[in-house]
Amino acid sequence: MIELRHISRFFQVGGETVHALDDVNITIESGEYIAVMGPSGSGKSTMLNILGLLDRPTAGTYLLDGTNTTDLDANAQARVRGEKVGFIFQTFHLVPRLTALENVELPMVLASRPGAERRARARELLTGVGLADRMDHRPDQLSGGQRQRVAIARAMIMQPALLLADEPTGNLDSASGKEVLDVLEKLNVAGLTLVVVTHDPLVGARARRRINMRDGKVLEDVRR
Amino acid sequence: MKAGDLLAFATQSLLRARMRSSMMLLAMAIGVAAVVMLTALGEGARRYVTGEFSALGTNLVVVFPGRTETGGINPGVLGGDTPRDLTIADAESLLRLPTVADAAPIIVGQATLSVGRLERDTTLMGGTRSIFAVRRWGVRQGEMLPAIRWDQTASVCVIGANLARELFPHTSAVGQWLRVGERRFRVIGIIGSEGRSLGFDVQELILVPVATAEAIYNRTSLFRILVQARSADEMQRTRTDIVETLKARHQGVEDVTVVTQDALLSTFNAIFTVLTLALGAIATISLLVAGVLVMNVMLVAVSQRTAEIGLMKALGARPGQITRLFLMEAVLLALFGSLIGVTVGELVTWAARKTLPFDAVAPTWAVVFGIVVAIACGLIFGILPARRAARLDPVLALAGKV
Repeated sequence: MIELRHISRFFQVGGETVHALDDVNITIESGEYIAVMGPSGSGKSTMLNILGLLDRPTAGTYLLDGTNTTDLDANAQARVRGEKVGFIFQTFHLVPRLTALENVELPMVLASRPGAERRARARELLTGVGLADRMDHRPDQLSGGQRQRVAIARAMIMQPALLLADEPTGNLDSASGKEVLDVLEKLNVAGLTLVVVTHDPLVGARARRRINMRDGKVLEDVRR
Repeated sequence: MKAGDLLAFATQSLLRARMRSSMMLLAMAIGVAAVVMLTALGEGARRYVTGEFSALGTNLVVVFPGRTETGGINPGVLGGDTPRDLTIADAESLLRLPTVADAAPIIVGQATLSVGRLERDTTLMGGTRSIFAVRRWGVRQGEMLPAIRWDQTASVCVIGANLARELFPHTSAVGQWLRVGERRFRVIGIIGSEGRSLGFDVQELILVPVATAEAIYNRTSLFRILVQARSADEMQRTRTDIVETLKARHQGVEDVTVVTQDALLSTFNAIFTVLTLALGAIATISLLVAGVLVMNVMLVAVSQRTAEIGLMKALGARPGQITRLFLMEAVLLALFGSLIGVTVGELVTWAARKTLPFDAVAPTWAVVFGIVVAIACGLIFGILPARRAARLDPVLALAGKV
């Protein structure tokens, strides 16, 4: 469902060109569980951003479900992003002044969906991640693991086909981290394509496919 | 985004950043309050002057000696003619016109009054009984000037209440005698409280028969002739009649200026309306400054909310949606700021009306104008920050590197 063909991403920093990604070729089938690993500067976050249509490649083609996304304008990219991709971040990125429920509803608010439908679905998802009794709490009233679970519910509310997680357990203790990964894996089993960027080998070991990167290139691509 | 959601989201953002929002609200409020208060000031001045003027009398036409061209030069001077005096006989001739209801010739000068050892400098007016009707003055004690012929002298006077009180502190002034220079006058009346006149306080006035004033000042030229026209609809015709009559009496030279009260009134109206507009324009400058402040504070806000903006983009927000969000915040600030400003401005002008003899009322057009300009400023000055937010790179924003 995803094809990266000769994807390169170059940045101008100072007077030099940084090769964040250099001629990357990857195919991802629907329902896969992938861990992208590598040291700092290897390009793993850049690849995640390109997969999530947050960034445009300097060269190459990105096909998502058959659509060539490289030719889409900002508005079209935003629409595809909203409908097909869910994001989880290391620092959660919940809106502090909104409750858990309101945070989860956000993607549907942006898509102009009616209030009743939004609230019903948000409640359902929050219950699904085990936060039925915390729906009206604000992020500062939730633990790290709970916040990440709210973020997962938010990422899922538009029923995306692809979930991109950037160091999802990076700010969590091992117990909460395990809880979060359990939720993600349950979603993967139900058919969601899951791509997790991580530097933690224990997290990486849980995935069924590991892509190791260094200096913008794919070092190895191993399936268990 | 649905309109209701947009509104709710923007309102929540503003409520969350209380300090920033209060600052911007304050700026807008001050700007609009300034518009309201300054235009109220101008409007109050206008009402005061036109009110005073309307109180001078109805259907009033004033005849001035000398012709004033709009260029300011009297053509008579160039031609070697001196303007002829306006005389009592001229005034009498006007009484015969069908469009004239009444006329009052006046002479004005300074005089020193004395009663025993008390002395007082004041304005002396030589007039006739008809001036009471034409100027709508009453008497609070005694009588008006006697119904004598206008060219007849008499040693009687009517004085204003302040003069009466000062010169005759222990007795009623009516029936008493006072001195003007060498001449003695008997006080026969005190001018009533309705007496008002633009330029001098009637309660400080002494009124004597016009012929007597001519003798005092040794001149036969009148200061003015006040004419009451028969009907308000025929003011222009009255004016023309007067001009023609006096021209004929002055050897065919038009050496008088005849002004109708409503022409003067409308001139004053126009002048003060321009004044109010000018004040409004000045106040608008403060609104523009408020707009600049809002823009600056919003730019700061955008730079502090980059993570949130990046997140919204990651969740699928289109650049246009981000722009609309920030613009909505700016508009809400402008709207509430202007409502607060209008309230404060109206309260202050209300207090001014209660404590001062000044009918300061902000005209409706000014209030509407203030609100509209405030919202326009919010929109215009909000565009720059809004677009900056929309163009933010989500990758950098989320990584906290912006």
